[in-house]
Order: sequence, then structure tokens, then C-alpha cells
Amino acid sequence: MSQAAAPVRAKRVLPGFTLSLGTTLLYLTVIILIPVLALILKGAEIGPARFWAIVTAPRAVAAFQVTITAAVIATLFNAVYGLLMAWVLVRYEFPGKRILDALMDIPFALPTAVAGLSLTALFSANGWIGQFLEPQGISIVYTIWGVALAMAFTSVPFVVRTVQPVLEDLDPAYEQAARTLGASEGAIFARVVFPQILPAWLAGCTIAFARSLGEFGAIVFIAGNLPMKTEIAALLAFIRLEEFDYQGASAIALVLLLFALVLLVVSNRLQAWAMRFKGA
Amino acid sequence: MTIAISSLTKRFDQTAVLRGIDLTINDGELVALLGPSGSGKTTLLKIIAGLDWPDAGGLVVNGQDWLPLPAQKRRIGFVFQHYALFPHMTVRDNIAFGLTVRPKAERPSKTVIAAKVDDLLDLLQIPQLADRFPAQLSGGQRQRVALGRALAIEPAVLLLDEPFGALDAAIRRDLRAWLREVHQATGSTTLFVTHDQEEAFELADRVVVMGEGRIEQIGSADQIHDSPASPFVARFMGAVVELPVTLRGGRAEAAGLDASGLERRAMADGPAQLFLRPDAIALHADPASPWVLTHKASNGAMIRATLRQADGTLVPVDLLRHSAPDLTLGTAYRLRPLTGAVFPLDGIAQAAVPLSPLKEIRR
Repeated sequence: MSQAAAPVRAKRVLPGFTLSLGTTLLYLTVIILIPVLALILKGAEIGPARFWAIVTAPRAVAAFQVTITAAVIATLFNAVYGLLMAWVLVRYEFPGKRILDALMDIPFALPTAVAGLSLTALFSANGWIGQFLEPQGISIVYTIWGVALAMAFTSVPFVVRTVQPVLEDLDPAYEQAARTLGASEGAIFARVVFPQILPAWLAGCTIAFARSLGEFGAIVFIAGNLPMKTEIAALLAFIRLEEFDYQGASAIALVLLLFALVLLVVSNRLQAWAMRFKGA
Repeated sequence: MTIAISSLTKRFDQTAVLRGIDLTINDGELVALLGPSGSGKTTLLKIIAGLDWPDAGGLVVNGQDWLPLPAQKRRIGFVFQHYALFPHMTVRDNIAFGLTVRPKAERPSKTVIAAKVDDLLDLLQIPQLADRFPAQLSGGQRQRVALGRALAIEPAVLLLDEPFGALDAAIRRDLRAWLREVHQATGSTTLFVTHDQEEAFELADRVVVMGEGRIEQIGSADQIHDSPASPFVARFMGAVVELPVTLRGGRAEAAGLDASGLERRAMADGPAQLFLRPDAIALHADPASPWVLTHKASNGAMIRATLRQADGTLVPVDLLRHSAPDLTLGTAYRLRPLTGAVFPLDGIAQAAVPLSPLKEIRR
């Protein structure tokens, strides 16, 4: 019992709890907290009446509408396509699978401006793809569809990369069990597989949507940036900044920040609901 | 349902998993597939379930060819080793799953399903768990739910893969007795896979011993214990003592061995291998015997004695402590086997190691 005087401390992987927590907090503060705080303080200087006037100006409202509409379209598309892509990458074996898997990261790695340029070249009236669409009366470039296309390009990996690992870890015994119980393949997906990847899928879609709201580089090239038509909120903030209208810029940025926060809360709620069966 | 399996073979890449399985299971029978891991027993079970497919062979159930039939159409209840309960459904929804996924025309009404689930929860003795999720259950409770889910569709055949493998010993014994009751209540043809002899013998009407993709022996506990059909079965049943003997007139002979307790075998004279279980050997003091007691230890109930021959061969013997004779270290004893199996030397595939002195690892 003489050893009771010297308590045995559990070994930690990282040296020193204080040191590791301190480092991460410092980093978080410098990289995220201070810029966000600066943004909020800048916005607070404006005063409620002026703030309201800026964000409800017709051009600003139009910009928010374009941004959100296009982000919704892009996210809906990615929700379906990203899920399908993750499914194909996990469930099937085919030649070139590894290459396809690696390609999935290109939107992460490629400078978004480069993506915007090549999308514009492809979909413009005389581009490879645009030349076939234009005679049908479908124009992508300089329309909201172009904005959505650019958003979809840059945000699709978020859905694929969040769903993929969960799908990989899903025990095949669940599907086998459902099969022996007489479930059709469609019922197995709808009632056994999908509910289990739902939390990851929701998380992926939310991040993709948030990313689409903030996307800038890829969009400015393909959108044409017509005020009231295809001008996005992030670009409007940039334009205000160029005009040395710091208040206008930060008011618009604050609204975007608010959207992002609301989205994160909703997403967390949805995930908590979808994972209600986990744990005791 | 009578299941007739004929010359079933299956390979995974280069390895043969099943090398020609012939087996008939009668209606209402409770059969165990017993074997070490890698013997192909789970693969056989999955083929019957329609979750895996053989390369060749036949599977006929009640006269109907089952091989072209998808798992969905076979009406089997399958209990997975790790239960595979749907984690996002409550116990009630898990059990009802097989009924609620039926096409509308065949699906019972909601009230009928609810009543059926209630009945099953009572049979499983877990009505209080109906609204819990699988993550909130203990291993034994999950096992019951898994069985309930399988029974809900009133399966023609019930298949269980290592049903008690992941549970601790006390719960295992409980569930074993209870599974036996459930089998008697439902009367469905039941096949289960296990690597645990005790489990197989206690539960099953018939035990099928499998090794390396073949059926080694089919029989009752006593038959398999007393007359193992092959060296593989003998070793698997715990006959870790292997002695080289000479057969003369159907009786094994070797120095220090008194085989009068063994039945005569209708086998040709010549060299052979005798397989003995350590707990089926009696010792008698005999100065003429080459076996000398070198070590003894007691665990309270049993005495483990070790005898050694001049060439270094060791034989372990387990004796009940209360009925064991007084044993003196350094004394020579004669081995008198109570049961044992003899196989001619050339019939032993693994004869590369004819003299295996002492295998410490016991099952």
C-alpha cells in the first residue's frame, strides 16, 4: 500500500495536455476566431439601420438569391451523383477504379480559377460541349446554370469522400441478413443500407452546400457576373471592397457567415437525429 | 424440409474450401456442423442459405432444386455470427423486418405483424426490450433478437453460424438449453455451425465433423467419441496421445501397453498408430514397463501425470484425483487405454510426424 502515495498517471500519446491543447487553441484563434471576430466587429460598426439597407438593396438581394439558388441546385445534383459515385467506387471492381478514385480529388487540388476557365471553354457557345447545347436553346455560360455547374464541380468530392468510408465499413452481413429475410434489392438499399449512410451523406451534402455558398474562383469566369442576374454574393463583397466600401463588403460577408452558421446547426441536428440509434 | 446435398465443391482462388460434400438432413432434425476454422463449415451454411454459390454439386430441398433460387425465395432463417441486427431499427422493427418487406399483396396487416412480434418477444423472453436499439443490448439479448428476426418469417430451414461464439460461458449454456426448447417448439429443420464440441454434442441430434472441406464423420456424440472415423477426427476429439504400435490379431501391441480394454479391430497385422485421449488411460504399476512417471500435478479435480520413455517420448494422462491410484515419481507404469482408435500407418495422411511426443495445446 506504500505505492498509493505515487499516483500512476495514464500515458498520453501527445506530450503534455496543456501544451497540446494550448497549441491547438492558439492556432484556432489565429486562423479562425480572430478573422471571424474582426468581421463581426466591422459589421457592428455599421449600425442596424445602415446594415439592413445594405443587405436589402436590390443588387445584394439578387446576389444572395443567385448564390443560394445555384448552391441548392449544385448540392441536389451532388447529393445524387456523389452518392452514386461513392457507391460505384466502393461496391464494384473494374479496371481503372484506382484512377477514377484519384480523379475524385482533382476538384480539391485544382486551383478553382483554372477549373472556372476550363468549364467556361467547354460550355461556351463554341466550346466542345456548348456547341451541342446552344442549338437546343440551352446556354450554360453566363447563366445561373453556369454558376451551379462551377459550384457542383468544386464541391462534389465532399459528398463522395464522406460517404465512401462509411459505405466501405458497412458489414455485408446486414445486406445478407435482409436478403435471407426476403427483402428485394431495392428494399435492402432503402431500408438497410441508406439509413446507415444517411448521417455521413447529410454531413457531406452540408459541407458541399457551405462550400458552394463560398465558392468564388471557379464561378467568376463562367458566370459573366451580370449584376442582378449572375452576380454571386462573394463577388459582390469583393466588388465593394475594390470600391473601398468596407462597410458594404463586411455586411454582405456577415450575411454569408450567418448562412454558414445556421447551416452547421441544422446539419448537426440532422446528423444527431440520423444517429439516434447509436450508443446507449 | 429435407435437405439433400450432393458432391458439393467450392474453391476460393487456389484453395479448395469444399471438396465434395454429401449430406442429407431430415425434416425437423437439429444438426451440428463441427470443425476447426477453415474446414468449410460456414461456406456450406452460406451455400444452403443462398449467400454463396458452389462450383459444382447439387442442393435439393424437398425435391426442389435450390441452387438457381435466390436467397430471398428460399425462406430460410439465418442467424449470423455477429447477429447483423439492423442498428437503426428497434428490436421490434428488427423482428418485424422480414414481414414488413414482403410485397403488398402478401404482407400481413399491421396488427397481425404486431401480434406476431409480441408472440416472438414472449417466446424469446425479451418483451421488455421491444423498443430498444441493438446498441443498447447485451450480447445474449442480441442473440435472442437475431433468432427472433429469423423465426418471424416462419422459415422452412433455420441456419445458425457460430450462434454462441461471441458469448461468455454461462450465457452460452443458458442459450443452448433455450435454443433446444425453441427448436422443439417450432420443429423447423435446424443446422448450426460450431467449433465447440461440447456445444455440438449437447445440442444436436447428429453431429457432422468437417475437416479441410470434407465430411470426416457423421454420428452421435458417443459414436464419434468411441470410434472416430479418421485420425483427423481422433485428434479433433482430443486424442492427443499417438503411439506407434504393432497390430497382431486385431490387437495393438507395444512395450508397456495393455490394450486388453480395447476392442479387437478387423485390420491386417502390421505397424499402426494408436490414438488415445489423456483422460481415457488407466495406469498400473509394472516394473517391466518403459513408461516412467516424471511429473504429476493436480488441479483439484484431476491429476495430470506425465510419463516418459527412454527415447524421450512423453505421454500425458489425466486421472480423476479421488479414484486415482497412489502415484510415485520415478516408478514405471503400464498404460491401459479405456478407449482408443487404431489406424494403419500407411492410412495416415499426416504420417510425416509419426512420433508426436507431447502436444501441450489441448482443445
